[in-house]
Amino acid sequence: MALNGALSDGAAATFAEYGVGNILHPSAQDLDDFLVAPKAAYLAAAAEATGAGIVLLDNSPEGKEIAARLGIRLNAGVITDVVGVDQDGTAHKSVLAGSYTTACKATTPVTVLTLKANNVTPEPAAAPTSPGTATVEVPAAAAAARITAREQKVASGRPDLTDARIVVAGGRGMDGDFGPVEQLADALGAAVGASRAATDAGWISHDAQVGQTGKTVSPQLYISAGISGAIQQKAGMQTSKVIVAINKDAESPVFEIADFGIIGDVFDVLPQATAEIKKRKG
Amino acid sequence: MEETLKIVVLVKHVPDAQFDRHLNGEGNTADRDESILSELDEYALEAALQLAEARGGSKAGNQVIALSMGPAGAVNAVKKSLQMGATEGVHLTDEALAGSDAAATSLALAAAVRHLGDVDLVITGMASTDGETSLVPAQAERLGLPQVTFASTLEVDGGRLTARRDADTSSETVEAPLPAVVSVTDQINEPRYPNFKGIIAAKRKSISTLSLADIGVDPAQVGFAGSWTTVTSAEQRPPRTAGTIITDEGDAGIKLVDFLAAQKLL
Repeated sequence: MALNGALSDGAAATFAEYGVGNILHPSAQDLDDFLVAPKAAYLAAAAEATGAGIVLLDNSPEGKEIAARLGIRLNAGVITDVVGVDQDGTAHKSVLAGSYTTACKATTPVTVLTLKANNVTPEPAAAPTSPGTATVEVPAAAAAARITAREQKVASGRPDLTDARIVVAGGRGMDGDFGPVEQLADALGAAVGASRAATDAGWISHDAQVGQTGKTVSPQLYISAGISGAIQQKAGMQTSKVIVAINKDAESPVFEIADFGIIGDVFDVLPQATAEIKKRKG
Repeated sequence: MEETLKIVVLVKHVPDAQFDRHLNGEGNTADRDESILSELDEYALEAALQLAEARGGSKAGNQVIALSMGPAGAVNAVKKSLQMGATEGVHLTDEALAGSDAAATSLALAAAVRHLGDVDLVITGMASTDGETSLVPAQAERLGLPQVTFASTLEVDGGRLTARRDADTSSETVEAPLPAVVSVTDQINEPRYPNFKGIIAAKRKSISTLSLADIGVDPAQVGFAGSWTTVTSAEQRPPRTAGTIITDEGDAGIKLVDFLAAQKLL
């Protein structure tokens, strides 16, 4: 386990419970002030020091970028967006907007993988370990981009869009009013998504965009409200387990992939559904 | 402004999302018969053109070089870039490149950038619509340069760049010395359309073609042979089919909740 930052008692206990053998710390304390490059240098040094054959990272944007630089440093094959790993290092993933599932393998001695959230179930070790600790010397950084200012945005209190179990998304048909989408999302405990038409119109933050130039989501339930479902939108949501679509236009392409489609006015259907859910949930 | 800039913009042709896409042939790579200049690369080119124009454009010695790697079709992405205003085009093409993964592609592109001399900036679009998401960091590592990905603003002054990166929960301002590798988002600008003058001017601009030998890359280091990952199997998922479609008769919201309850999604 190569750490960056301080190790809390809670995290240390969890590492022991799940069988971590060794905890590594970087010699430099300021890795978080820089983008990617020094973290890749740290992990490369950690992998070389430990003789690791597989390096696993999270599948966040930064995790993937660190993996890419790490792969070059270690001459290691990199596979991202992994949803499962076999014993021999074969990685499974879903590509081309979910239309194919592939199995991939690195042909190099070291493999770097980034794992998507919610696909592997963590299991405690048979017996807890008492991890040792060691410090890894981070090589003197080449030129790197330094973060000079950070500004926190206001948190919505809703689940993270990319990890959410349920997503309610609105599009052009919301006509500037995302209230009904947000109310249904809150009744379901869902994240709020949007088509590019809605984010470009400024009705909702760009972060909520689902689709080719936004986020790819794969929730248990995706409710699409007032979205026509052009291929750019489908690319971001068609691996959802269940798709529900509401649109005034019966010809909307979204109905081709919806498990349950309603031809109707979002301003009638969404509030009625929200009220009904609240009633049933008591 | 005293400084002039030499900027390389990486442009690619991608399978057009309007067509069905397939994985085909050796190595299960994307089939690229029907392809276009990636829409996302237009933002990168626009960012480069604006930086060059703010310094007096090509007359003052600023260069915007559109570089594309790939088979014959890739030259179309370069041509479109020249019409938008790039000063020159470079097409890196070699049969040995077929099947290159991010590691091999970054090796070839980094060698091509070095071949072009003292470049101040390499700019790309954000992750392309196909599978090549790791390219910017891999290439920056190959070149030993700082990287700034997903820049939603980009300014250059006195040999340093300043950019803003917007994430879901925070925004960052970052600074890096030049040269650097930058990818820009679709929020950074509004790409121009090539106008008639641009289209005519593009006909007089040169596109140089480079092979692996020209940039000093051993063919064994790229393509299927030089790739560090291999796709061992690819299965097409059965397409989704339409389910139940109803027309609202005043109770569709209730029926929606009935459906969710039946699916155990409440």
